[in-house]
Amino acid sequence: MGSHGIRDRVAIVGMGCTRFAEHFDLGVDDLLLDACGQAFTAAAVTTDDVDAYWLGTAQSGMSGMVLAKPLRLEGKPVTRVENMCATGSEALRQAVYAVASGAYDVAMAVGVEKVKDSGYAGLNAYPLPGDGTARTLTAAAMFSMVAPAYAERYGVDQGELKAVLARIAAKNHFNGARNPRAQFRREVSAEQICAMPAVAGELGVFDCAGVADGAAAAVVVRAEDAHRYTDSPLYVKALSFVAGNGTGLSDPGYDYTTFPEVVRTAEDAYAQAGVTDPRAELAMAEVHDCFTPTELVLMEDLGFSERGQGWKDVEAGVYDLHGELPVNPDGGLKSFGHPVGASGLRMLFEAWLQLRGESPEERRIATVAPGRTLALTHNLGGYPGEMVSFVGIVGTEPS
Amino acid sequence: MRGVLSHGAYLPYRRLDRATIAAVAGAGGGTGTRTVAGFDEDSTTMAVEAGRLALRTAPPGVDAGRLLFSTVTPAYVDKTNAAAIHAALRLDRSAPALDVGGAVRSAAGALRLALDGGPPTLVTAADVRTGLPGSADEAGGGDGAAAVLVGDEDDGPLVAELIGAGAATEEFLDRWRTPGDVRSKQWEERFGELHYVALGEAAWAEALSATGLEAGQVDRVVVAATHGRAAKALGRRLGVAPDAVADDLAATVGMTGAAHPALLLSSLLEAAEPGQVLALVVLADGADVLLFRTTDAIVDRRPVRPVAAQVAAGGPIDYGAFLRWRGMLTAEPPRRPEPARVSASAAARNGDWKFGFVANRDDTGDVVLPPAPGEGHQQVPMADATGVVVTSTIDRLAYSPSPPIVFAVVDFDGGGRLPVELTDVDADGLTAGDRVELTFRRLSTADGIANYFWKVRPARLADHPRQEATA
Repeated sequence: MGSHGIRDRVAIVGMGCTRFAEHFDLGVDDLLLDACGQAFTAAAVTTDDVDAYWLGTAQSGMSGMVLAKPLRLEGKPVTRVENMCATGSEALRQAVYAVASGAYDVAMAVGVEKVKDSGYAGLNAYPLPGDGTARTLTAAAMFSMVAPAYAERYGVDQGELKAVLARIAAKNHFNGARNPRAQFRREVSAEQICAMPAVAGELGVFDCAGVADGAAAAVVVRAEDAHRYTDSPLYVKALSFVAGNGTGLSDPGYDYTTFPEVVRTAEDAYAQAGVTDPRAELAMAEVHDCFTPTELVLMEDLGFSERGQGWKDVEAGVYDLHGELPVNPDGGLKSFGHPVGASGLRMLFEAWLQLRGESPEERRIATVAPGRTLALTHNLGGYPGEMVSFVGIVGTEPS
Repeated sequence: MRGVLSHGAYLPYRRLDRATIAAVAGAGGGTGTRTVAGFDEDSTTMAVEAGRLALRTAPPGVDAGRLLFSTVTPAYVDKTNAAAIHAALRLDRSAPALDVGGAVRSAAGALRLALDGGPPTLVTAADVRTGLPGSADEAGGGDGAAAVLVGDEDDGPLVAELIGAGAATEEFLDRWRTPGDVRSKQWEERFGELHYVALGEAAWAEALSATGLEAGQVDRVVVAATHGRAAKALGRRLGVAPDAVADDLAATVGMTGAAHPALLLSSLLEAAEPGQVLALVVLADGADVLLFRTTDAIVDRRPVRPVAAQVAAGGPIDYGAFLRWRGMLTAEPPRRPEPARVSASAAARNGDWKFGFVANRDDTGDVVLPPAPGEGHQQVPMADATGVVVTSTIDRLAYSPSPPIVFAVVDFDGGGRLPVELTDVDADGLTAGDRVELTFRRLSTADGIANYFWKVRPARLADHPRQEATA
């Protein structure tokens, strides 16, 4: 991939994140004011100090004015971006590149989604006028095809795989139960998860991400200015993004056990950050666990597990809160909830807390140590065979 | 000489056991089964299926220069339904596509008009027969479609030549339906019977006299009637041998309305031998009689999906689902947004794909579905392709007129893959490796606009092998 990377040229100096929940009493403006307010406070800046803004929302508003109005910005450039469920990460990417380019000294990335005003369960995309031939399947059904494909390719018993997937959900619920900002703050056993009726393929409702309203925000500055804002900035090590061309859906060679777009972004991000052994070098990862089979495959696509070994590593607790590589210590999409435009920045928010030692003690990971100060965030949008993928890496130590 | 070049019939997969009706409706029902159109089928989609089958055995090089479509239950009025059939069958742009609709007799009339002359004409008819729960129409009706390719012997070898025809017309009230109503009503039965028997006898005599044949020389006759008692009474008075009167499919299929004349003709033809005299009698607001003599060509051009094979290949549907599918019982819809209406301009741009299921080859030569954008790609018509299920799932969340959605990734023989919705299948009735075929369906309806596209269904019926001529 032809990326050069901007390792250590931009730093994150303040972040905010609302609780993710069914905020029936809060609107988009309220969520934005909350998340941005936290970030302004953390970075000790005002709206005027920020030179430019990027607002990610999939479908909770159009144009930069969605942010300019509640923040009462005066003469500021605000760009609204959308990249499906990776929208929050896209906002970050644009803000960071804007600072790296030298165009601005201080920029802000904001993500927001007000999902629960639709009146429907689940996530529902606005219909675009079309010829009526497009697939109308839910994401749950598309991702449900991953599990049997994985079981067949690697000879895993379907019942055993179901237990592995339930263990992923149970782990994320365990972590989310220790997170006051999470949508679901309740532990759920693997047995309970397995007992839920199927909603799509073999997936039960607890195999699916929570659907929530929420917002998150980050203030980014030139790395050399970082300590003017905070004593403990996060340095951006890598940002990689791929928009798939959708050929996976029509390619008879595609077998639904891997997401090639994710593999590409992971390889690119590791190259940008100089990471060669992600499982050992990363202190944690936040990944896009929209459905339990997604997280399983991501463990392999991100290079944490060998091909066909991910299910064993899950069973062995490698990705538990106190495992070898904690994955989704904040509860993930599963337990934290998934306000589409905010999720990418929510992932970064957990890295912000954990790497800087600010996470609550009950879910503080033990892997952060001298020489192991990196966190990865992985955010995707779309479906097996046609997705966008983002991988970012941040760290507390400039190289 | 003019006659039948090829023919085909389509029966939907589901069968309602009439004995299950009375327990719910309090009355009605009876013995045997009726065919039931899928929730995603209408008269247009079934006519497409019948038309595809008829064209499969058309003489090489014969293209339909005209398309006629009859139904009592059109998807649209004011808009021509035959246009979608024309598009799905990929008929030539110069071929007119016409609805000859409104009443069952229109279907018999369309066949007669096509036999009068003109270019090779594909005569299609289809119906979804409805009635109130417990009614005779509900139990006695059936859903289906049929298509007959009519032409001159100069167009290609005929499987049956028209040798005589007769008609009789009177204004009298037997059945009627107000446009938009879901049911027909019927006058006292004996009144209609008396009229129909007299009309039938008059048309029969006219047709026979045109041929110079005696009734006893007719090998097989079938009566398609909107009036069951009249059909039976007329059958006894035609002067043919008792066993010459063929099955009208009432016990297994039901009376399929506008589809019935061509359906029964196809059923007669598929079982006929060369040199036989066959008669189609239609009683519907008058009487029409068509007399055919089969030719040697009939042996080589049997339908690939005979009616008899389709009758035997149905799967059950419970009465509750039948009522929901026909809109007689309104069930709670899924709490998901209903589909948006189809964009007319987008559908027109992508008509080859949407209606014709035409894929293309990309720069590497691979078959791509949906077709790859850009210029210069070779078109690949795929509607007759069969394929195999690679993996499948059941979506219990997505909006469907009849949840859950059964969905599969299908690899087509000869190349190409498409993730696509299944139909005519039970939720647990699909496994990887199953073979599937394409079928034209109405996916949804929004703002009154029918959204037509293709699904796949299990390939339950192997194509009937073309029979070798016997000594």
